[in-house]
Amino acid sequence: MQLVLFFVFGIIAVAAAINLLAQRHPINSALSLIVVMASLAALFLLMGAEFLAAIQVIVYAGAIMVLFVFVIMLLNAGEEERTPGSRVAKRLGYPAVVVLAGVVAWTLLTHNPHPVPVNLSGRFVGSPTAIAQLIFRDFLLPFEVTSVLILIAIMGAVVLASPVGTAAGPGSPEQPPAKREG
Amino acid sequence: MLTVTTFVVVSVIKIVIAIMVLLAAVAYSTWLERKLVGHIQNRWGPKRVGPFGLLQPLADGLKFILKEDLVPPHVYKPLYLAAPILSLSLALTSIALVPIGNWVAVGGIYTPLEITDVNIGLLILLGITSLSVYGVALAGWSSNSKYSLLGGLRATAQMVSYEIALGLSLVGVLIMSGSLNLREIVDMQGGHLVGWIPRWNIFRGQIFAFFIYLAAAFAETNRVPFDLPEAESELVAGYHTEYSSMKFAMFFMAEYANMITVASIATLLFLGGWHGPVFGPWWLVDILPIFWFGLKVFAFIFLYIWVRGTLPRFRYDQLMAFGWKFLFPLAMANVLVTSLIVALQK
Repeated sequence: MQLVLFFVFGIIAVAAAINLLAQRHPINSALSLIVVMASLAALFLLMGAEFLAAIQVIVYAGAIMVLFVFVIMLLNAGEEERTPGSRVAKRLGYPAVVVLAGVVAWTLLTHNPHPVPVNLSGRFVGSPTAIAQLIFRDFLLPFEVTSVLILIAIMGAVVLASPVGTAAGPGSPEQPPAKREG
Repeated sequence: MLTVTTFVVVSVIKIVIAIMVLLAAVAYSTWLERKLVGHIQNRWGPKRVGPFGLLQPLADGLKFILKEDLVPPHVYKPLYLAAPILSLSLALTSIALVPIGNWVAVGGIYTPLEITDVNIGLLILLGITSLSVYGVALAGWSSNSKYSLLGGLRATAQMVSYEIALGLSLVGVLIMSGSLNLREIVDMQGGHLVGWIPRWNIFRGQIFAFFIYLAAAFAETNRVPFDLPEAESELVAGYHTEYSSMKFAMFFMAEYANMITVASIATLLFLGGWHGPVFGPWWLVDILPIFWFGLKVFAFIFLYIWVRGTLPRFRYDQLMAFGWKFLFPLAMANVLVTSLIVALQK
């Protein structure tokens, strides 16, 4: 049963990922990415990481992808035009993908001759408590450094996006305050 | 231990009952809304169809079904058709996780009074509601109309913004109960604090969280005073301008089903769920918890409608400022204070 579900959601995830690249309209690509996220959440759930699965849906599918769709709607992005693409990329690209996949598979098989099978029985320690202890106790410093890094990125985005003269911070009284959700 | 067959049969029965009850509640919320808003505005509201106009929802439903199902030209058809389905199915799914009472034994089968009891019920519920943005956003975008697009954009921005305050307002309750299971959260609220005051979370210091949740929930469900996505004076009908017949009805039903879900979450997390005075013979003891739950949810729906009949609409920048500069910091402060107090008590 678990193996069947694993294959079902795995195939959905891969198919949606390929669809993401094949679609010509940005909104279809964004929706395919949501399907990838959702099936990843289902795979997490199969491993017993229920908290991670829920967060995957809430944060990635429910918040980040909403902003993607929002931006596509706001820019009213139309269909992409197909260009012939570069010939070098076509000749070298496909063999390169095969080589890369081969190298990864070879490395995994040789350096890890006794792979631990993925546990699909739901014995994964993924409770909110366990994850909180990992984030806020064992890996507190990397976690905080990452969040400061993201904060800097946000501030940079605000500075770049605000018009010259009103840089950073809420605008002058004449200027409507910069939207923060975009 | 349940066998697979009984499990499936019991689940199907529960799903059918839950969806029927929810749809009936949706239909009669619309009746209640028209009736109450009518009385607030010194009108009668529906009163021709049946006694007190009680058959009005049926007449409305019939009308929706019989209307011509029009797909306007120039819409992006796949998403135009998918959007109402997405909205309604997500709204109906979320009710699966809402427990309305204790475990019951029917014919020797012991089962919880909800479709499924999951240990992260609240998170899944939030996940489903966070996905329901797509129905609105895609409807607005795929209609290929300026009013729809503006309504969809507003709705998306508004729902994403207020979801943060909504989520944070629940964290205080979660810290106090130490569980994400809705049933355990309700069980924590049984009994009394002092005297006759029940041990509901709202009386245990979560009163600010409750009001943050209330405001954010109004915004999440696109209701007055946050109904800018469908502000009729400027956007015709917002994201569902181009929809007619049953497809419009699906958005309408989704909105009311979401209202009921949001009211249920508030009842479970802040108002003690199905806890209330229980007395009388055994059959009354079994029914009273469900009655208390229903009564609390009804009180919320009543409040929703009352507010709709009383308050004017926010301006868009006021809406964003209120969400980000007032609700969000307040919710953050509530989380900090609650966790401090809980940490000091341990």
